Amino acid sequence: MTVPVMDALDALESEAIHIFREVAGEFDRPVILFSGGKDSTLLVHLAVKAFAPAPVPFPLLHVDTGHNYAEVIAFRDAIVERLGLRLEVAHVQDWIDDGRLTERPDGTRNPLQTVPLLDSIVEKKYDAVFGGGRRDEERARAKERIMSLRDGFGRWDPRSQRPELWNLYNGRHAPGEHVRVFPISNWTELDVWRYIQRERIELPSIYYSHRREVFRRDGMWLAEGPWGGPRGGEALEERTVRYRTVGDGSCTGAVESTATTLDEIIAEVTASRLTERGATRADDRLSEAAMEDRKREGYF
Amino acid sequence: MKDLLRFATAGSVDDGKSTLVGRLLYDTKSVLADQIEAVQRASVDKGLSTPDLSLLVDGLRAEREQGITIDVAYRYFSTPTREFVLADTPGHVQYTRNTVTGASTAELAVLLVDARYGVVEQTRRHAAVLALLQVPRLVLAINKIDLIGYDQAALEAIGKDFAGLARSLGFADDAVVTIPVSALVGDNVVDRSGHTPWYTGPTLLGHLESVPVTPPEADSPFRMPVQYVIREHASDYRGYAGQVASGTVRPGDAVVVLPGGATTTVAGVDTADGPLDAAGAGRSVTVRLADDIDLSRGDVLAAAGAAPRVTNELDATLCWLSDKPLRPGARLLLKHGTRTTQVIVGALGQRLDTDTVSYVDAPEQLAINDIARVSLRTADALPVDDYADIRATGGFLLIDPPTGNTLAAGLVGDPLRLQA
Repeated sequence: MTVPVMDALDALESEAIHIFREVAGEFDRPVILFSGGKDSTLLVHLAVKAFAPAPVPFPLLHVDTGHNYAEVIAFRDAIVERLGLRLEVAHVQDWIDDGRLTERPDGTRNPLQTVPLLDSIVEKKYDAVFGGGRRDEERARAKERIMSLRDGFGRWDPRSQRPELWNLYNGRHAPGEHVRVFPISNWTELDVWRYIQRERIELPSIYYSHRREVFRRDGMWLAEGPWGGPRGGEALEERTVRYRTVGDGSCTGAVESTATTLDEIIAEVTASRLTERGATRADDRLSEAAMEDRKREGYF
Repeated sequence: MKDLLRFATAGSVDDGKSTLVGRLLYDTKSVLADQIEAVQRASVDKGLSTPDLSLLVDGLRAEREQGITIDVAYRYFSTPTREFVLADTPGHVQYTRNTVTGASTAELAVLLVDARYGVVEQTRRHAAVLALLQVPRLVLAINKIDLIGYDQAALEAIGKDFAGLARSLGFADDAVVTIPVSALVGDNVVDRSGHTPWYTGPTLLGHLESVPVTPPEADSPFRMPVQYVIREHASDYRGYAGQVASGTVRPGDAVVVLPGGATTTVAGVDTADGPLDAAGAGRSVTVRLADDIDLSRGDVLAAAGAAPRVTNELDATLCWLSDKPLRPGARLLLKHGTRTTQVIVGALGQRLDTDTVSYVDAPEQLAINDIARVSLRTADALPVDDYADIRATGGFLLIDPPTGNTLAAGLVGDPLRLQA
């Protein structure tokens, strides 16, 4: 009898499942960061597979900027309900209301997520925080370990990372420190889409082409929102678009696309000459080291 | 159906490693327009007239400011036949640490030399580390062949020189391939060069696409460290979750639970997608057993007829990765598979002189990047194999109790079987 050969997606899936189980075995209070986007939805799917037929032994945490797409929030709540998961939500608005955070002049709340995230980690004593970050997304992320130690301030120090050898992950940490865990570090955007297709994973509808009222800013198509868009000189127009990433509405752009099926999306991503972040994330355009700087502060 | 090759680069700073990585990414069209634009913008800011491709790979602020590579980075690209994960390691002369990190998960390593200088100390050092870690396959990429006028005799001499080194380090002849390249011009990297008509071997990418990726662990006896016990009360389900570390597991197989020694048979090999007839090395599964025996995280399931040895006394080889030196008598933590136990360091044995690739006198303490033999005594008995036989059950970490930092990569036995 021959042993079935693992293809690339099988190998990535097995690696991610191994990482979930290591964390379950070694940590007291893990949590999965979940936004309803494709990467965190994939994480939840892999977590379910890692512990089946038992339930996922971790809760979910969503840091809600208040600038989300209605379809994504509805999807988030539906998947939590369907899978019987526990969801905690940290509302950025609460931090603004009590003065711990101040709204930025440009209206984006993406960088403001760091403080509610770190406060939630301290308050709930989370010791392992799963994120859907992938090394192919960005140059600073390419340097990130699968298990990455954060100090008492949640900071990442790229110069003093632990070597990561074989598949022996060292998650030791002092009280007050925590570890960020990235089970899909080694996946590319295309791997994610191919796996979503193979596993028939449901996603928010905004990933598929639809008609939407958008306006042009800084070379991106942004949707109308409570964060202050469109402003003077920016005109709303209806376009056929879809989203490649889901994040704060103020800085996440749509791409013009007619792809309504997974086959069409995979064809489009394969042919694209732009990375997903380059195409649709304004916050990464702020400086050469925007992601590194946010990560150093404790952003995921 | 594509498969996945994990490989690492090695070589010193000036051998053109970043250019080679840049060339692989660029010629496989893995660099997208916005990344190229970012590099062009940054190059103009630095006052350069042509784009500096190293900016594609140096991701940290300090790396770009200083023009150096600080730490291992992971790159991804694919071709119509295969997907690649590349551990791109910095080439600092004094650091074996990064090479160890990058090579520990690699199925192949690309070792660069400069065609003008051939095999140098750094080549011997890196080749020794790759041999020690038992990286199964090696490519010697002789770079900058344009700078020596594509001199066939000179390149063949370097290849022959290296073949001798590889043989003395225990590499089989068919595990090593030598490819003359120019990363700058693009000769034999992705496209075949017109300058080397005498070279009949594959291009670098052609070799990476066609080299077999079956892990060496596939034909070894079954091993699986137990990660987690999965219980579901409604269906009275109880299974042992883990990733098959070597060999194959099938329902009906006789297995032994170590270190305890109880034997039983495999009742089922489960996944979330249903049971499997067989699961090979690398696959994450949940194993059900025929008997209700005491078994938890840290134990190892192994083939009953070919089990690892169980011991508290280890003779091992350490790659010391920390600035904090190691002295005999130190009390540390040791992580092997899914078990972490206390360990006391015994006598230090011989140290590897990576310049001459030979073992020399025992040091009084180990400093960063030292490779040496050592004897260890562990609090819990561990089921171990020699690293040379099975990487997954022969490798371990040493951890500093107060800081939790990883201090060393440990290899059971002496994997570096130096040939005279």
